[in-house]
Amino acid sequence: MSQLPPYATVGQRAWYYGFRVICAFIFFFLIAPILVIIPLSFNAENFFTYTPGMLRLDPEAYSLKHYRDFLTNPEWTSAVWNSVRIAPMATLLSVSLGTLAAVGLSQSHVPGRRAIMAILISPMIVPLIISATGMYFFYSKINIVGTYWGVVLAHTVLGIPFVIITVTATLVGFDKSLTRAAANMGADPVTTFFRVQMPLILPGVISGGLFAFITSFDEVVVVLFIGSAELQTLPWQMFTGLREQISPTILAAATILVAISIGLLTTVEILRRRSERLRGMSPG
Amino acid sequence: MSDATTADTAKNPSRPEAVLAADGTPLKKSLNRALRRQKIRALMLIAPLLLFVLISFVAPIGDMLFRSVENQIVSETLPRTVVALKEWDEASGEPPSEQVYQALYRDMFISVERKEHTRVGQRLNYETTGISSLFRKSGRKMDDIAEPYEDLILDVDKGWKTPERWATLYDSAGTSLPAFTSAYEAFVETMTEDGKDPATTKPWEMFYSELYDDIATGDAAGYNGPLSAELAAVTNAVQGFAAPSFADAFTEIEEDWADHEVWGTIKVYAPRFTPGYFLTSIDMQLGPDGIEAQPEEKQIYITLFKRTLIMSLVITGSCILLGYPVAWLLANLPMRVSNLLMILVLLPFWTSLLVRTSAWKVLLQQQGVINDLLVWIGLISDEGRLVMINNATGTIIAMTHILLPFMILPLYSVMQTIPPTYLRAAKSLGATNWTAFWRVYFPQSVPGIGAGSILVFILSIGYYITPEIVGGTKGVFISNRIAYHISSSLNWGLAAALGSILLAVVLLLYWAYDKIVGIDNVKLG
Repeated sequence: MSQLPPYATVGQRAWYYGFRVICAFIFFFLIAPILVIIPLSFNAENFFTYTPGMLRLDPEAYSLKHYRDFLTNPEWTSAVWNSVRIAPMATLLSVSLGTLAAVGLSQSHVPGRRAIMAILISPMIVPLIISATGMYFFYSKINIVGTYWGVVLAHTVLGIPFVIITVTATLVGFDKSLTRAAANMGADPVTTFFRVQMPLILPGVISGGLFAFITSFDEVVVVLFIGSAELQTLPWQMFTGLREQISPTILAAATILVAISIGLLTTVEILRRRSERLRGMSPG
Repeated sequence: MSDATTADTAKNPSRPEAVLAADGTPLKKSLNRALRRQKIRALMLIAPLLLFVLISFVAPIGDMLFRSVENQIVSETLPRTVVALKEWDEASGEPPSEQVYQALYRDMFISVERKEHTRVGQRLNYETTGISSLFRKSGRKMDDIAEPYEDLILDVDKGWKTPERWATLYDSAGTSLPAFTSAYEAFVETMTEDGKDPATTKPWEMFYSELYDDIATGDAAGYNGPLSAELAAVTNAVQGFAAPSFADAFTEIEEDWADHEVWGTIKVYAPRFTPGYFLTSIDMQLGPDGIEAQPEEKQIYITLFKRTLIMSLVITGSCILLGYPVAWLLANLPMRVSNLLMILVLLPFWTSLLVRTSAWKVLLQQQGVINDLLVWIGLISDEGRLVMINNATGTIIAMTHILLPFMILPLYSVMQTIPPTYLRAAKSLGATNWTAFWRVYFPQSVPGIGAGSILVFILSIGYYITPEIVGGTKGVFISNRIAYHISSSLNWGLAAALGSILLAVVLLLYWAYDKIVGIDNVKLG
């Protein structure tokens, strides 16, 4: 049914177009909520909805005031700063530990591989509220609740499954004879890893890193529990803002975040295609 | 050649000589060694991360499981009472004996000084309402109970007011003053914790009553130290003194101390571990006569669990309904077009959860975009604006949108592998469009539905943020209740028990997911 044959009956034609209309609606449902908030963030009023002026496309009804507030209000700037401080550190940790473990997991003989994998993936499966509860109890015992490293530690764990999944997926297509060839030519394992294996799996590592980054950058439940007032991240600020409905600055923040996600999505897509191309080139 | 190999060859004379590796060891052995080395290397690479996850993730989860049954606070704060209560039979309907009240007085006095009595009161209050205030109010009155003894002893000799006197008495008491010694030890421990010097701090009023007790029981007769004369003077005064009853003193402070239900609760929750929190989680409670149902107005958790499950099922169902056609279209369009449309699925997937939740808040409000639009085109009147937020509808709409990509992506990857020739073959054999789809295509797409459904279901039963913002009171999940117990009611044990039940459900589904799909096959993007 991907292409309508010339002999299709009226009913078939109706179903063919009808189906496409239904799908169009679903796509609309997926994307519209995200697009709707973008114009609203330029609202000159402090409303969460379109004003008559906005609908008339009156330039007076639009303004950048929410963006100005976002960029100057210390509550928001410190939230952005905290997010920017926490996410890269958590990403760095989960990528370095995760890549190492993924390389280990992709070896041909790993005892208890399935169980290890299940444990490493579990932070993604266990509901965040449960992870947050457990971490709150346990981290307060070792006195790292409310500290920078406490939050980094928690976010690192939450990012690890994504790194493991993407990197092991990339390693499945990795041609092992390349490392043997490198060893044969006298390279030690460390050199082999950095000069041969790493460049080839780099797309997977980077997209795993991006997933880990967005996980930390987007995370709110755990940080609500184990963070502190000085460690309010951007999502935290948005969450409290939404609960108390303070100002449409949230929408400005949301628009900026959408722009960031478009950037991330593009990067991941480019990396995925590059990885597929590299895999296609390698023999076997 | 090694001995083992020689023996081996000798046993099997028909077998040819074992194959040797380049360095002379048998090939089998050499291969085994290489394999072992490989295994160790792989484990060494995994070990740092595994250790990291075990410490910072698995241990916290274990801690939570432990907390859901742990109940040390009662036996640690009221140790003497718990022991004394063992004798008491709650079925009698009578309040316990004088010994129990005396033990309670000792425990209460010490815990008031250590500021721990409100915490144990709060713990018991989860089981029987009113105990918290009972403990709080009684805590302020402990000095009053000690007062008659204080007056008695100070009337004899004002010297008992000084901390040095009591310190000397403790040092020279040996085993002759058991009640006082025990009280003084608690005093020293508390002072040391507070960073005060017990030798110079004002003595506890409790010392007077304990010293009286030692004299009245005759234990003090065995004392022979530097304070023998002072003690003899007190002993003389004690002869004519009628000690007030502790039971009366307590019931005078608060009538509830005569209530056998309060005592029953203390007795039932005395053990170090309790199933109490789990029972509360399923609307039961541990009464004196065993497990019984909670009073009607307190039965909220079963409803909440049911609601969480039903709403998650509805969300999963809507995701299948909306995801299936889209996945089918994506899998059957030419690559170029489907890659483009895929962006419409992946963009929401990559967009911050808070952004999507705020979008739905904006859309669904009564003064929001959807209502405005409907009023504008005249479908509803301005007064008749739809209530779509702060209820179950809001949660279901917003969460379906948020979780839809998790359904589409696995469905798409399964549908991509179904050859289109099968459908054509079915049709050429005379099947109608519907039969061809239902009998040929659909069964092959079931693994995708299974994978997507489990994923969406797992994610949705643990959701917290979205229901919190758009769910109001009727659209919240069990997670919101857990968060409430952690941050507002501070009933951590109950939060841990609710969390453990939720965790068990999720792990069961995780196991099923692993069996059906395999965790290695989880795909992202």
